[in-house]
Amino acid sequence: MAPLLEIRDLHASVGDTPILKGINLTINAGEIHAIMGPNGSGKSTMSYALAGRDGYEVTGGDILMNGVSMLEMEPDERARAGMFLAFQYPVELPGVGGMSFLRAAVNARRIEAGEDEIDQLEFVKLVRAKAKHLSINDDMLKRAVNVGFSGGEKKRYEILQMALLEPVLSVLDETDSGLDVDALKIVSDGVNLLRDPARSMLVITHYQRLLNHIVPDYVHILAGGKIRRTGGKELALEVEESGYVGIDDAA
Amino acid sequence: MAATQETIDTLEEATGKYKYGFVTDIESDKAPKGLNEDIIRFISAKKDEPQWMLDWRLKAFATWQKMESPDWAKLDIEPIDYQDIYYYAAPKSGEGPASLDEVDPELLKTYAKLGISLDEQKVLAGVVAVDVVFDSVSVATTFRGELAKVGVIFCPISEAIRDYPDLVKKYIGSVVPVADNYFSALNSAVFTDGSFVYIPKGVRCPMELSTYFRINEANTGQFERTLIIAEDEAYVSYLEGCTAPQRDENQLHAAVVELVAMDDAEIKYSTVQNWYPGDENGLGGIYNFVTKRGACRGDRSKISWTQVETGSAITWKYPSCILQGKDSVGEFYSVALTNNFQQADTGTKMIHIGEGSRSTIISKGISAGRSQNCYRGLVRIQPGAENARNFTQCDSLLVGDKCGAHTVPYIVSRNPSAKIEHEATTSRISEDQLFYCQQRGISTEDSVSLIVNGFCKEVMKELPMEFAVEAQKLIGISLEGSVG
Repeated sequence: MAPLLEIRDLHASVGDTPILKGINLTINAGEIHAIMGPNGSGKSTMSYALAGRDGYEVTGGDILMNGVSMLEMEPDERARAGMFLAFQYPVELPGVGGMSFLRAAVNARRIEAGEDEIDQLEFVKLVRAKAKHLSINDDMLKRAVNVGFSGGEKKRYEILQMALLEPVLSVLDETDSGLDVDALKIVSDGVNLLRDPARSMLVITHYQRLLNHIVPDYVHILAGGKIRRTGGKELALEVEESGYVGIDDAA
Repeated sequence: MAATQETIDTLEEATGKYKYGFVTDIESDKAPKGLNEDIIRFISAKKDEPQWMLDWRLKAFATWQKMESPDWAKLDIEPIDYQDIYYYAAPKSGEGPASLDEVDPELLKTYAKLGISLDEQKVLAGVVAVDVVFDSVSVATTFRGELAKVGVIFCPISEAIRDYPDLVKKYIGSVVPVADNYFSALNSAVFTDGSFVYIPKGVRCPMELSTYFRINEANTGQFERTLIIAEDEAYVSYLEGCTAPQRDENQLHAAVVELVAMDDAEIKYSTVQNWYPGDENGLGGIYNFVTKRGACRGDRSKISWTQVETGSAITWKYPSCILQGKDSVGEFYSVALTNNFQQADTGTKMIHIGEGSRSTIISKGISAGRSQNCYRGLVRIQPGAENARNFTQCDSLLVGDKCGAHTVPYIVSRNPSAKIEHEATTSRISEDQLFYCQQRGISTEDSVSLIVNGFCKEVMKELPMEFAVEAQKLIGISLEGSVG
């Protein structure tokens, strides 16, 4: 069986600047991988290249989900195929009601799968149940998407979407940034609830502390557009102690 | 909230093209092309009008002949040949059927296709009463019996002229005088049908009233005239919808709408305008040149205009309020969306005369394709309007880089106690927002529709529920092909 995600010698540029210079990474179903790296190492570029964002041009290599190349797929097609990106900076959508937005996302998948749209009452119940675990109240659900949310609320809202959409591959882009200890705990607990033998996660972070809560199976160190080292969760602790200095030279 | 969710449902069934572009194959009774006194006499005779009405029309025609087509709007209008238009077209089966059984089945089919049920049995009691105007005549008005029980008059204006001449005589032209502008004069001369609504003192109209306008015949102009009167403490909510077949030539629609609100009365007037906008190369489409004005004559009276303008090749309209009454209130909520080669020059006038009068203007303009979208508004505070207040917010959203958004606000204050606020923004649909929606699995077009509907939310929430759903769907359809 093909791995859930396979990144083969991925090269990507932003404008004329090459950022990713040959990434190789294989994630099997049920695994959690962490990507750590210093600022400017290409972490966010990697998440956007995976999601297919405009302006992040793949110049070489391939991205395969369950053995199927995603390079020709639009961002929404990749999403419906089961890829979810929890944004580092979730975007405000003024006037777009939270429930309508969530329902549109859920229904887009159901329609693609040839299913009926979700019943409205059933949907409200479902959202409320998932929101409860993330300490998201009804008031927050009624507001426009991300508008006026605090940093912590935005991150919890990302995880709520992840819980509703049940992606096979979740990419968490610096989900810990801007979170205090309590918020970090809520978010991590939410993520851990979604661990499942059929699903995988790619956790991108600058700091080790998130990995105390979301414990990875593998840790990769990204620097200068390449994965320089790969190890178990103990690698994160090592980096925490000695920093990223010297990792570039390891190549 | 519920409406917004419905939208998503309905968006999915939205088809790619203007879906009201079909033509009903029905025999029609037409006056010869062209405009002269004989045509006006013909129309008046067809409508079985009293002499005073014919005289009024002829006087209007004389006035119109002395006037010139206005050119101050930011619109590029091909010259209109007024002699090349049919001014009267009616389905042959007749004028003003006595009951729904007499309505031509072809017509009923047409309205069913448009999603309008004229079958009172099938509509849940007390939802919406509808008057439908097909080319130049009203073909059916539903729920008239129900409304008559509470004293509400809701009928085609041609009928009102015959049956309630005193009311019509008293109010017609009292808010929009014949010579107000070129198109109001033209309309006064040749108007063919429209709705008449009278809400007696103290009556809250028990259902929404609605008129559905349809242009079917080629080369035909539609000149409807609507008159709504709300006596003291009366309330009415009125909706209008419009569609037309897809044709290569431009067709003219020049309507006049007059509203009168007396003491403590409230009129809520909502429009979803979806005339054929022309094709993606700018060929064809309706010229929508409309004069809409409401007079808040009574103290504490209120008139609220809500419009969603997505259709027409050219839109030229400024639904306005004359705030005469003490503490009277005028509101204007507008969404104007233009795509391809559409042009819109629309806004409002709030004329403050009464002490303590207040007005609110919320305008949302969306331009896509190569379209031009202009907000033009006037806030005028007269010397006697002590403590008048106005708040105006004009937001423009650009989709793509070949369209234009323009804002032309005029503010005149002649009373130092007045407070006037004006806020304006112009923005683009951001790539961030689009990518965020797409990453959740929502297609590009649905994402754009979601974001634009969010942008319009403040206006959409003013629409009655039945219309909100249709309007949100329309916005999605009208934007198709504008991104990607």
